[in-house]
Amino acid sequence: MIAELGLAALWLAAALAALQLYAGAMAQRPGGEGAAALVRPAAVIQGIVCAFAFLMLLWLFAITDLSVKLVAANSHSAKPMIFKLAGAWGNHEGSMLLWVAVMALSGALIALVERRLPEKTMLATLAAQAFVGLGFYAFLIVSSNPFERLPQPAIEGLGLNPLLQDIGLAFHPPTLYFGYVGLSVAFSFAVGALVTRQVTPEFARVMRPWVLGAWVFLTLGITAGSYWAYYELGWGGWWFWDPVENASLMPWLAATALLHSASVLAARDALRAWTIMLGVIAFSMSMVGTFLVRSGILTSVHAFAVDPERGSFILALLTLYIGGALALFALRAGTVSEGQRFSVTSREGALVFNNVMLSAILGIVLLGTLYPLLTEAFDVRVSVGPPYFNPVGAIFAVPMLLVMAVGPLLRWRRDSIERIRRPLILIGAIMLAALAAVLALGEISVLPLLGLAIAVGLAVASFLPLRGRRLTRVPLAVWGMVLAHFGLAVALFGMASESAFSEERLAAVAIGETAQVGPWEVALSEVLPAAGPNWTAIEGHLLASYAGGDPIELDPQSRSFWAPPQETTESALATRWNGQLYAVVGSEAGAGRWQLRLWWKPFVTFIWYGGMLVALGGALALIGRVIDDLRRRAVLARIAERRGEEAV
Amino acid sequence: MRWWWWIPLMLFAGFLGVAAYQLTQPKDDFVPSAMVGKPLPAFELPAAIEGMSGVSTADFQDGKPRLLNIWASWCLPCIAEAPQLDQLKQEGVEIVGIAIRDRPEDVAAFLARHGNPYTRIGADDLSQVQLAIGSSGVPETFVIDGKGVIRYQHIGDIRAEHVPILLEKLREAGE
Repeated sequence: MIAELGLAALWLAAALAALQLYAGAMAQRPGGEGAAALVRPAAVIQGIVCAFAFLMLLWLFAITDLSVKLVAANSHSAKPMIFKLAGAWGNHEGSMLLWVAVMALSGALIALVERRLPEKTMLATLAAQAFVGLGFYAFLIVSSNPFERLPQPAIEGLGLNPLLQDIGLAFHPPTLYFGYVGLSVAFSFAVGALVTRQVTPEFARVMRPWVLGAWVFLTLGITAGSYWAYYELGWGGWWFWDPVENASLMPWLAATALLHSASVLAARDALRAWTIMLGVIAFSMSMVGTFLVRSGILTSVHAFAVDPERGSFILALLTLYIGGALALFALRAGTVSEGQRFSVTSREGALVFNNVMLSAILGIVLLGTLYPLLTEAFDVRVSVGPPYFNPVGAIFAVPMLLVMAVGPLLRWRRDSIERIRRPLILIGAIMLAALAAVLALGEISVLPLLGLAIAVGLAVASFLPLRGRRLTRVPLAVWGMVLAHFGLAVALFGMASESAFSEERLAAVAIGETAQVGPWEVALSEVLPAAGPNWTAIEGHLLASYAGGDPIELDPQSRSFWAPPQETTESALATRWNGQLYAVVGSEAGAGRWQLRLWWKPFVTFIWYGGMLVALGGALALIGRVIDDLRRRAVLARIAERRGEEAV
Repeated sequence: MRWWWWIPLMLFAGFLGVAAYQLTQPKDDFVPSAMVGKPLPAFELPAAIEGMSGVSTADFQDGKPRLLNIWASWCLPCIAEAPQLDQLKQEGVEIVGIAIRDRPEDVAAFLARHGNPYTRIGADDLSQVQLAIGSSGVPETFVIDGKGVIRYQHIGDIRAEHVPILLEKLREAGE
């Protein structure tokens, strides 16, 4: 019954989306007031009904209803409850339903509270939102029905992919989806603004919280995904330029650019067409990423259930959404006038530079990700990796980071280098001093060297916008910017340090022997079998001591899961303030020896601390903007009230 | 209306074309080395253990086809393929080994335990040569002809059924 209820809710939500689209489109025509009244209620009910469908799916997983195909394929009655629930979105169908449910709820939220834009623009936005939603509903109902029953109930479920049985990973994909949903809302706003030719600062202000929210979720998602790949895959790396990783990085790059250009539009009424373009691109990137991951046309280290039929469906959706939006852009962009002018040395100038560089990096990552696809069409197989991405990306990242240190110091509209000469000299001196200090440490390659110097300079520079201000009166949004920029400097420091100073040791060690890596001395004390609810493992007991200090116990495992059968490595980490020791145990190497892989990675944790700081900065800015908005609303309401009293 | 507003749509259409074409193509996950058919890159590796000589590109220039086996003492499938390598040696094949990220004492222990089919063993401590010839894992085996050109690549351990294939490829390389 529950499954049928869920499916019925899904159909109903789809019908409501169709109504919302139709009424929203009709409302654009003269005399469409009747239709206009339907749009907001349709959006609200659609949100509730779609959320209900997702709750039904959660319920099916909670009670492990094995007559439902999706539950039987992805769950197991012996699994802990938290993983049973996480199983609801740990697969293609469920994750798509979660995505569309969050999207419908977002649409409901805008329909309920957003009244700052002209009503026609709002209705066009909600119609665009319904158009996007309708495609997803069709996708779910036609080719990915999560509520499909089995002809015969299964006796036991097939379990969750053991790699996915990890608390971090249970919440990693939803984080990315929330980000994608935020970008879909920004996309709908951009389409609404284009349709009604209302590209105004108010439009940027309305769109900005959604972009900020999306950006925070994407930042968290990428940070968490990188850490997961780092400790779970057991390869000691934290970023592999894998298509799946790129699929999450590209929307982030576009959202970062969009966030900054929306700020220019909101504050200064400039960059109108550019902001619209980025709004379309940011959402395109999340769709392109989803397409690449789900269709399986690119080979990835991340195992995914891929399906060409679904790939074709997503490609069709992509064509409709993005092709449509880009065609609309081509037709309308000419009628969106350029907006306010500004000089090159100004806050806007720096932000435009940042935007161009971010777009260039986005282009590079996109090209590198799609290149194998392109050459395969001519029967040439290539794989594009770090030797391409790192240096080519750096060509644009380095100038961007330098301008990022300076940009926030500039005033809007017009400024002079002369005015900010002293902070400029300070930042330059710090970077040079850092460069010299790193050079003194020994020979390291160019990119990590530049990275370290820029990171130190940027860390200091990110706090300079606060100088001369009363800290208690600095707006939250500015604190957010400071924190996010500082977080990027921290992450950059971690990346550069990891690549410059990491040491690796691969050894076949007998019990009682020790291996050295960096300042660590690691002794293998014993190797024992271990077992969990659905796996068995060999567990190495290591005693690691840092520079002759007290030994720390580390227990890396090599696990074998039996439902479904799969081998994974559980790395063991010893974290200090100045870095991490990373240990992986492999299989027996004969003669009582065991493979042991050790890395000493100075300051590697800064990468993820930095990522979290960036997300925290984004969250602060978001809270600041929402509070401002609520205050402005309260003031406007009071004015309206007073006017009403005067009228009486 | 200006023509350049249409550029994003054109680029997007190009992407759609390629993606749609790829979706209709059958999938083949085997990735051969791009080096097959090309001469060995220039390298010179020191000996992996005392008492044997190292490996350099010049060793492959004397007109005789050989097998180049990429292995390591810490690699389990390498133990599994040891009997097949031994069989190939019995058939008169010359096998040159490159030990990846290994230690002399471990290499010696491995050879003492599983036999030594190699005429030379080079030590590639940083996987540089391994990557240069397009091998992404251990074990892998390459057929090198008498002029030092890579003729064939075998990925993974050599099982009994692979022995005749390798012998055939060696014969072709000798023609």
